[in-house]
Amino acid sequence: MNAVVPLSALLDARQVWRGRAHEVPVGDQPTGWCALDAVLPAGGWPEASLSEILLPVDGVGELRLVLPTLARLTQGQRHVVIVSPPYAPCVAGWRQQGVDMRRVEFVDAGEKDVLWATEQCLRSGSCAAVLAWPHHADDRALRRLQVAAVTGQALAFVFRDRSHLSNASPAALRLELEAPPRPQIWVRKCRGGAVPAHAIPLPRSVH
Amino acid sequence: MLWACINLPSLALDGILRRRPTEGPLVLVDGPINARTIVSANETARAAGLYVGQRLSAAQALLSNFEAIPYDRESVDRWHRFLAAVAYRYSSEVSLLPHAIVLEVSKSMGLFGPWPRLEFLLRADFTDLGFRHRMAAAPTAHAAHVLTTVSDGQAVLSSDTLRNALQRVPIAKSRLPANAIAALPSMGIRTLGQVLALPRDGLRRRFGAELLASLDRLTGDLPSGLALYRPPDIFDLRIELLHEVENQSALIFPVRRMVDDLAAYLAGRDGGVQRFLLRLKHREGRFTDVPVGLLASERDGAMLFEFARGRLEHVTLPEPVLALRLIARDLPAFVPAGRDLFDEQPANALPIEQVRERLRARLGDGAVYRLGSTQDPRPERSQREATHDEVPIEPHPRPTWLLPRPLPLRGGEPIILAGPERVETGWWDGGEVCRDYYVIETSLGQEAWAFCAPDEQTGWMIHGWFA
Repeated sequence: MNAVVPLSALLDARQVWRGRAHEVPVGDQPTGWCALDAVLPAGGWPEASLSEILLPVDGVGELRLVLPTLARLTQGQRHVVIVSPPYAPCVAGWRQQGVDMRRVEFVDAGEKDVLWATEQCLRSGSCAAVLAWPHHADDRALRRLQVAAVTGQALAFVFRDRSHLSNASPAALRLELEAPPRPQIWVRKCRGGAVPAHAIPLPRSVH
Repeated sequence: MLWACINLPSLALDGILRRRPTEGPLVLVDGPINARTIVSANETARAAGLYVGQRLSAAQALLSNFEAIPYDRESVDRWHRFLAAVAYRYSSEVSLLPHAIVLEVSKSMGLFGPWPRLEFLLRADFTDLGFRHRMAAAPTAHAAHVLTTVSDGQAVLSSDTLRNALQRVPIAKSRLPANAIAALPSMGIRTLGQVLALPRDGLRRRFGAELLASLDRLTGDLPSGLALYRPPDIFDLRIELLHEVENQSALIFPVRRMVDDLAAYLAGRDGGVQRFLLRLKHREGRFTDVPVGLLASERDGAMLFEFARGRLEHVTLPEPVLALRLIARDLPAFVPAGRDLFDEQPANALPIEQVRERLRARLGDGAVYRLGSTQDPRPERSQREATHDEVPIEPHPRPTWLLPRPLPLRGGEPIILAGPERVETGWWDGGEVCRDYYVIETSLGQEAWAFCAPDEQTGWMIHGWFA
């Protein structure tokens, strides 16, 4: 037992668990909601990753959550693609939130082509964010989107029903929206940090 | 003046080989049906002992298995004109000579660089297209043409050295009138230099004025007198397939060639294409049209091919295809997209226009769009597909989702969060509406944009979600 093993060698060999995860670099993609930014490990959306947003029912604030980000990106002359939205987007409402509609592309894709179109847009590298509403997305499909988001350095948002919460997901961030009694956001998974124990209130759009 | 000449010794053969590469022996035959002779042969065929001018029957006795394709004068002419259109990229003065193209390049060198550089570019273009060629440059078009028949790559840049360069050209290759070529060697005159040294009067008496005019055009004492080539305004390319094709995947290779040719033509014209048509020809004059439409004018070969393939994949072939035709009538100017010097996008990013085209190719022409506001206050007509937005921002609350048609509210009594906002308009065009809009919260906790009849707060119809 004479051999002296330097501590750094042990650490470099990655055989010692240090009891805390790697530091997540503070990202450059704030959500626009200060309370949410404060609890997320990257200080905002995980960069170049897939974020999954789970809803009990449409119209509970899912767009309110992402529109500040879309407004910031489109005003910075970046393109945003919306793949097969469940309803017609109301231009006046989006513009009120500061989104530059000239930079927003809408894509009507059939059920089978939603994932293909989303992946193409993510992979291209010319879209800053891609929003998609896939009906049938399994674990493998989401993983493809995650890889495509990394390749194209884009933010991917997938909106799905809350019933998918029990299934594992490769998304870097999973948020669940809850409407009654009041609109709030639960962080269900966030890569590189502990999941906060309490919900974050989501202010209404009209007071 | 400096003329470049591109000599195309095997135009007919290359035109066939480029769309159907083959290793086996292949010859082109021409002439009356009972006396077919070989007019062109590929390397494998020549190595086997076939030669140009040989009777087809003699060739068949020599080699049992080779392909003989009839020489098609019309298709040779088409390729000739197509290559002139490609050369048009480098000069506005392009003329056609038998089996050759000449272009005036003295003014082009300011843009493309000195002759060696320009020669390199021209050669690269022709090699990419799959046409073998010989090239030369000289102060007159005809001299350049004569030099290409003697050697490849010769450049005579000034008129002082031109006579020198022509000195040793043999009479047989001088492209003088046929009677002179036949008669001069028997007089002991074997090179152009000797002809040029002869007294002009004697030549005129013996051979007529035509020989002197040819010599003067060669040395530049007479203008070349060539008709300038003008590229056509419509691109129309035909390819006859050698077999009946029943499977789309077998069409991919010829389509790739055709689209590349279109791209080369567009580069020569400095234009782009917005719409083109792929016509798949079947038996007895029937055909299937595959239109390819783009959002903006494009000219990149790889990109055009990708879109053409996307459209082609959706076509079901009703019967075998015998020939392909690519027609492009709509050839607007090409305006390359401006890019920011400090672009934040990753270096290998595909431009957004290309992404849109790719999505359109698979999902349909109307599947990718942008939305803009209109002046109409009725929610149903307040937006349309547009690329710009000059309407001021609406001061009243507007939802983020709009339902395609209003739905009655079900469930418990809603809570009114804001409103009413009266929308009353449209009595002049039959689409009259008179509604009070409110922002309400449903019993499920959704924020909705709903309306009811004026001054009533019952019979709620949901028209959008504040998602």
